[in-house]
Amino acid sequence: MDKGKAVMSMGRRWAVDFTDNSTSPSSRDVPDPLGFTRTSQDQDDSTLSREKKNAEANWKSQKAWEVAQAPFKNLMMMGFMMWMAGSTVHLFSIGITVSALWQPVSALQGVGKVFEPYKDSKVDLLGPKLVFIALNLVGLGLGVWKLNTLGLLPTHASDWVSSLPPAQEVEYSGGGFL
Amino acid sequence: MEIRAFLLCIILFCSSYTTLALYEDQVGLMDWHQQYIGKVKKAVFQTQKAGRKGVVVSTEENAIAALDLRHGEIFWRQLLGVNDAIDEIDIALGKYVVTLSTGGSVLRAWNLPDGQMVWESLLLGSKPSRSLLLTPTHFGADKDNVILVYGNGCLHAVSTIDGDILWKKDLAQNGIDVQHLVHHEESDTIYALGIGDTSQFEAYVINVRNGELLKHSSMVFPGGFSGDLSLPTSDKAVVLDSSGSILVSISFVGGEINFQEDQISDLLQGYSGAAVLLPSKLAGMVAVKIDRSLLFVEVKAEGTVEVVDTVPHVEAVSDSLSFAEGQTAFGLIQQDGGKIQLTVKSSNDWKSHFLKERIEFDQQRGLVLKVFINNYVRTDRTYGFRALIVMEDHSLLLLQQGAVVWNREDALASIIDVTTSELPVQKDGVSVAKVEHNLFEWLKGHLLKLKATLMLATPDDVAAVQRIRLQSAEKSKMTRDHNGFRKLLIVLTRAGKLFALHTGDGRIVWSRLLNAFCKSGTCESPRGLKLYQWQVPHHHALDENPSVLVVGTCGYKSDASVILSFVDAYKGEELNYLAPAHSIMQVIPLPFTDSTEQRLHLIIDAEGYGHLYPRTPEAVDIFQKELGNIYWYSVDVNNNLLKGHVVKKNCKVEIADGYCYESSDLWSVVFPSDSEKIIATSTRKLSEVVHTQAKVNADQDVLYKYISKNLLFLATVTPKAVGDIGSVTPEDSWLFIYLVDTITGRVLLRMSHHGCQGPVHAVFSENWIVYHYFNLRAHRYEMSVVEIYDQSRADNKDVLKLVLGKHNLSAPVSSYSRPEIMTKSQSYFFTHSVKTVAVTSTAKGITSKQLLIGTIGDQVLALDKRFLDPRRTVNPTQAEKEEGIIPLTDTLPIMPQAYVTHALKVEGLRSIITIPAKLESTTLVFAHGVDLFFTRLAPSKTYDSLTDDFNYALLLLTIVALVIAIFVTWIWSERKDLQEKWR
Repeated sequence: MDKGKAVMSMGRRWAVDFTDNSTSPSSRDVPDPLGFTRTSQDQDDSTLSREKKNAEANWKSQKAWEVAQAPFKNLMMMGFMMWMAGSTVHLFSIGITVSALWQPVSALQGVGKVFEPYKDSKVDLLGPKLVFIALNLVGLGLGVWKLNTLGLLPTHASDWVSSLPPAQEVEYSGGGFL
Repeated sequence: MEIRAFLLCIILFCSSYTTLALYEDQVGLMDWHQQYIGKVKKAVFQTQKAGRKGVVVSTEENAIAALDLRHGEIFWRQLLGVNDAIDEIDIALGKYVVTLSTGGSVLRAWNLPDGQMVWESLLLGSKPSRSLLLTPTHFGADKDNVILVYGNGCLHAVSTIDGDILWKKDLAQNGIDVQHLVHHEESDTIYALGIGDTSQFEAYVINVRNGELLKHSSMVFPGGFSGDLSLPTSDKAVVLDSSGSILVSISFVGGEINFQEDQISDLLQGYSGAAVLLPSKLAGMVAVKIDRSLLFVEVKAEGTVEVVDTVPHVEAVSDSLSFAEGQTAFGLIQQDGGKIQLTVKSSNDWKSHFLKERIEFDQQRGLVLKVFINNYVRTDRTYGFRALIVMEDHSLLLLQQGAVVWNREDALASIIDVTTSELPVQKDGVSVAKVEHNLFEWLKGHLLKLKATLMLATPDDVAAVQRIRLQSAEKSKMTRDHNGFRKLLIVLTRAGKLFALHTGDGRIVWSRLLNAFCKSGTCESPRGLKLYQWQVPHHHALDENPSVLVVGTCGYKSDASVILSFVDAYKGEELNYLAPAHSIMQVIPLPFTDSTEQRLHLIIDAEGYGHLYPRTPEAVDIFQKELGNIYWYSVDVNNNLLKGHVVKKNCKVEIADGYCYESSDLWSVVFPSDSEKIIATSTRKLSEVVHTQAKVNADQDVLYKYISKNLLFLATVTPKAVGDIGSVTPEDSWLFIYLVDTITGRVLLRMSHHGCQGPVHAVFSENWIVYHYFNLRAHRYEMSVVEIYDQSRADNKDVLKLVLGKHNLSAPVSSYSRPEIMTKSQSYFFTHSVKTVAVTSTAKGITSKQLLIGTIGDQVLALDKRFLDPRRTVNPTQAEKEEGIIPLTDTLPIMPQAYVTHALKVEGLRSIITIPAKLESTTLVFAHGVDLFFTRLAPSKTYDSLTDDFNYALLLLTIVALVIAIFVTWIWSERKDLQEKWR
């Protein structure tokens, strides 16, 4: 089409477009052949498609539950990795902790997107979503707990006073030897 | 917090142990070193032989130095101890410099070419006396030369070869003050001439070979004598009578004494005042000072005297110099305004003079104090003269052929106080051209550096790189820099001269002999005491130049009046000077500034009245508001008394001028004088910045530092232990240390060290004190650290409250709240004896601290504060190790790399000053003594900037290479894609 247009603009006076993708009758100038009705074809499939749809909904909800439980495996692996990383602050443990925090957060941000393919009027996605969120929150909790064991959370008094400037003094004194 | 701790760990890890090591090629990059000798006392020229022409001088800083006559550089220099003042100096046998020091009791010979000591002999005597040195040229045919030394009442003959004492003769019995040793050419006898207690003239005739007293004669002069004997010829002495109006010439040939009197009024018609005999040794003449004029009096062979001439406005007269065949000459200096006139006259013939030169020179040098002359042979075989003059500002100048050949600013050898000033802010459009000009060179320099990095450089290139680094124009610019490395060091010297040195290269930016410190009728002996920053313009007074306040006093008594001088820090102009009537005991810079950023200062006089400066109503307003919160304390060493005072109200009407304040005594701490004697005090630096009040341990525990500017560290010893080390047994010696709050007089801490002795050198910073003393039991020096923590704040542990800010940790505190304190301390052995201790200071106080220790070897050693941490244990836990706690050892380690002064020595080191740079990691260090040394230190390495050595060219090259690589690979991939598509 593009090429055709380009050619046309270059000076062709006419062209015939043999391809015709349009499906709606209104867009066509040519009437349908006799004995061919578009609507009847759709109606014939309706009973068949309903069954098909039910199966699909079942499949979707099953899939949704699977997706909802996926973070659990992740959780186990994360726990293992954290145990491996130890409790001292170094590059590896920080990397693990950051990823342990980042994964649930990003997953939570994309809750809608994850369940997008399984969206259906007949499928109840609330349950899987809640499970998914809960598992991710557990993952986040695990990350925070790890952060705390590394001592990177400001939970001690020392974390809040470490940059506290010295108090001002009311009195001023000078002197000594000259 | 933990992140901070983690970063700190990284910093500590980076900085552990090798912080200060310097590569050989980094020497001189950020440090400079200047050598001085001090005010010259005596000079002896050494120009007889071919080779290096020099002059040997002795100075008031107890230095002996040989200077190059061409450029004034130091050939060699030897510094004697502080108590080893040099009395006399001479050259013997043409190859030894002989010095007599410590009141005539130590005689040393130094090798003339290189300054190595050849021999030393100790001359003991019965009682102190003046010291005289006589190095006769030769005694007849005898080759074995002797040096005759009179000191401590004894006459010694010392062999020049090895310093052996040949004979000794005690002349002290009669209470005679021997003033001259005279040796007649080619004879075996010497005369020792002096004046006795009852104004008798005494002459001893002594055999040089064995010290046998050949004859002793004395004769009483009824009028009495005043002043010293002068010796115009080798057989006549001249002295003034007690009234100063009669000139007495004494002949003493063969021990026969004859007096001949001449009235001064006869010599100079109509003169009736008192005269003074000048000590200059002139051949056949004496110089008598009358008012501002000099009377030259010739002493004839028969004993008669005759006035030759009267010369007005003479500042200095040299000794006479004999040259050629029996010719003698002497130099005299007259001065008016910015010109000096040097006249070299012949002693034999007054009418003629060898030289008469007028020389213009810097007004900032004051008057001429001394002149030494020397002759040389010109190419046309006539004689020329050069003169070495010592000025009022202690500088040394060589005059030759009507010009100043060189000058040395030797006032810098005796710095009293130092302060700093920021440089002017760089203005737009001022230095752009300069930068552009330098761009090519910058690139060239970096390319050379790159070559050096890649090992492609030739030795010439390496030398060029080093030269570029050393002469970087960047470091000596006259504007403020981003990192705050460039500053002006304003130094006050003992001569009363103020210098501004540039921290980049140590050059003198300006110098000024202060008018306020010139002698006058009301001010007999002015001397500088302290230097303060008077005005430091900040935001709203940025157009004004900063200024400094020089505080001085008119004399040595406590009631001598004060001198205040205000000097512009950029130009060196004396803006104003005040000579108020009151005296000075203490100067207290107050923590308030007025609207023009002038700092308020309170000067306490001897009666305890406070005088407020600046004298403006605004300053009074500011001060009145704080009245009642201003305290001061005084340490009376003689009476073992520590007293606290509060400034209360205006003075009584009789003496009130509105700026005078009365203070009342609040408390006093009396140390029992039979058991304790104050030997040292120390306080925190006023300008010190502390970053935080909390100290966090490895186990998350918080300790609150007790940070107060009003704390005084004081050390006392038992009176027996005041003397030198070893003068007392360990059992009798106690050292006590005190921490006293100077507001309330509360003694926070008292600690005793049994068997320990001073001298105590202490440094006080943040919440800790480190002090150095001698342990008599262990026979070693020790250093102790005391850290003070505030126990009353320790309960602030509720995180929620801290998060919400519901705590009173940052509320203003009063010393009257009497907080509970806790101290921790620990002691360690330390190998060196110490001259001074200082601590690094940084802009925000975050960087870890280092102690700067001025060792007895005149070097500066940097020691991490971590080594002086009372929490050190023998086996620290893992957590403590992570925190940076070093396992406890009995001795503080001294790492050779930790010498800040690397291979150099700061001779006669007196003080170390640290100045924070704008860059938090960096501190500027200035050490001064006879030498000056300046460097930049980063106690935790420069964690906040790239080093100077950073190779920008390499970085640039890498980036360019990477960009090219990206382009090339992109083009490749495009091509490959296309080929794929065509397939």
